[in-house]
Amino acid sequence: MARAITTQKKVMWTALAWAFGLMMFFPIMWTFLTSFKTEATAISDPPVWFFFDWTLENYADVQARSNYPKALMNSIIIAVGSTLLGILIAVPAAWSMAFVPSNRTKDILLWMLSTKMLPAVGVLYPLVLLAKWLGVMDSRVLLVVVLMLINLPIIVWMLYTYFREIPGEILEASRMDGASLKDEILYVLTPMALPGIASTILLNIILAWNEAFWTILLTTVDAAPLTKFIASFSAPEGLFYAKLSAASMLAVAPILIMGWFSQKQLVRGLTFGAVK
Amino acid sequence: MGNISLNQVTKSFGDVQVIPPLDLDINEGEFVVFVGPSGCGKSTLLRLIAGLEDTTSGHISIDGNDATQLPPAKRGLAMVFQSYALYPHMSVRKNIAFPLRMAGLDEAAQTAKIDAAAKALNLTDYLDRKPGQLSGGQRQRVAIGRAIVREPSAFLFDEPLSNLDAALRVGMRLEIMELHEKLKTTMIYVTHDQVEAMTMADKIVVLQAGVIEQVGSPLELYHAPRNKFVAGFIGSPKMNQIEGPEAAKHDATTIGIRPEHLTVSKTEGMWKGRVGVAEHLGSDTFIHVHDTGLMDMMTVRITGDIEARHGDTIYLTPVADQMHRFDEKGLRIA
Repeated sequence: MARAITTQKKVMWTALAWAFGLMMFFPIMWTFLTSFKTEATAISDPPVWFFFDWTLENYADVQARSNYPKALMNSIIIAVGSTLLGILIAVPAAWSMAFVPSNRTKDILLWMLSTKMLPAVGVLYPLVLLAKWLGVMDSRVLLVVVLMLINLPIIVWMLYTYFREIPGEILEASRMDGASLKDEILYVLTPMALPGIASTILLNIILAWNEAFWTILLTTVDAAPLTKFIASFSAPEGLFYAKLSAASMLAVAPILIMGWFSQKQLVRGLTFGAVK
Repeated sequence: MGNISLNQVTKSFGDVQVIPPLDLDINEGEFVVFVGPSGCGKSTLLRLIAGLEDTTSGHISIDGNDATQLPPAKRGLAMVFQSYALYPHMSVRKNIAFPLRMAGLDEAAQTAKIDAAAKALNLTDYLDRKPGQLSGGQRQRVAIGRAIVREPSAFLFDEPLSNLDAALRVGMRLEIMELHEKLKTTMIYVTHDQVEAMTMADKIVVLQAGVIEQVGSPLELYHAPRNKFVAGFIGSPKMNQIEGPEAAKHDATTIGIRPEHLTVSKTEGMWKGRVGVAEHLGSDTFIHVHDTGLMDMMTVRITGDIEARHGDTIYLTPVADQMHRFDEKGLRIA
């Protein structure tokens, strides 16, 4: 049965969707605008919207005061590194849960997810002490490992969902064809799950990129990524909104651009398995 | 090559025993069909032979060697699945090449084998397509091609034709039989379709609830079913099974008469009934007869066409030496 959608309803929903979209987008837009203001305009009351003297001086200041390329490089290494390491561990884990489940598989999956509900600060001290003892504080290796551990449950869950969509008979056929477990995962499962794996990688890079708690607390200088870079602008000498905004824009720009170009893949990935 | 024997094999899933202790010998070059209603354990039995399921106890030997603990890849068998189970991301060529690649054959040898298989199965023009671009019958042929190139000691077919439409099914059935004639390799074929079983098999294994009810050639099963279950399962339409006083007259608990072993008359005969539905197939007519007082509905199969209208009175007479008798346990009385 075709649903009767009146023009009036259509207009209403469209307006509502736009309003909601703009509301979500507003903070980013405001940050973007502020980053081009002088510090004085940035805190003026009532706020100035579009008609001010646009300036790039904040971006220049930010560049001069700190090492953006280094923070960017750290962010890339930590986000990509932790995601790839996570995938490496999660593929076999998700394979076994999807294709040779035991009575406890569901419990294990839920338990893994429950670790995400643990307040991160609860393990802060043990982790810091451990890192110090190992001598890896403020190192990229530490952050790669920590962020991988934090996102691993999500990676496993996502891959598990994708793998479940793959008919077991195809894997059995490969076993009959003489494939070893390694061959089966490498030549049959992985290529078939590639769209799902790609979405998982994208999403987890975003999650790792945005992760602030651990990245700020476990780094000082050497391994400091963009999150730390932003935080350094809300410094003791007071808040400089314009500079903070410029730093924020610089930090989120790469991931925003990546997200924009991979929208389709992300949406597909997140709804994969929802529709059969 | 291609002797498979099962010795006291059992399979349980948790507490449920789906295959009680079972013995079976399959000889080299035989075309063996496992047939039975759905859930009878025929696919499980095939998967045990393939190594895709572990036996709970008992032994499976292939060509005299104990294969009970061997992984599927090491058993030298090839399997064709109901869903075809082709690798969707690979071209037809790569699909067929996969087992050869896993076996470590060099490119030249691979190509030679693939081309030969493709030629035999009419797939030459489709080698560069993906499975998604093929019809059901073509996909099934690719699956068979992938099995052939391995030169297995036996082929396992798990309801390979059930996803095809009726016309294609008959064609593929013939192709598989031709293949068997040509290769002379042992084939084990699982189906729930007794027509497939009757037409293809050298030897039929009738299963019910994991138990082998009878093993024999199609005609043995047709002419001398060991029990009521086999009698009812083999033959189409189903055998009429009559209990009660009429059976007692023949010193049996149950008597069975196949629909094709009844003669009809409008005037006289042993049993009187009323015509229900008549199915005219042209070559045959199936008449469903009610109110005989013997069983709910009897089925008669008449060669050729016959006029039978709903509600007509009809007389049935069994062909004397074609009656099957069964005792109180349902076993055949010789």
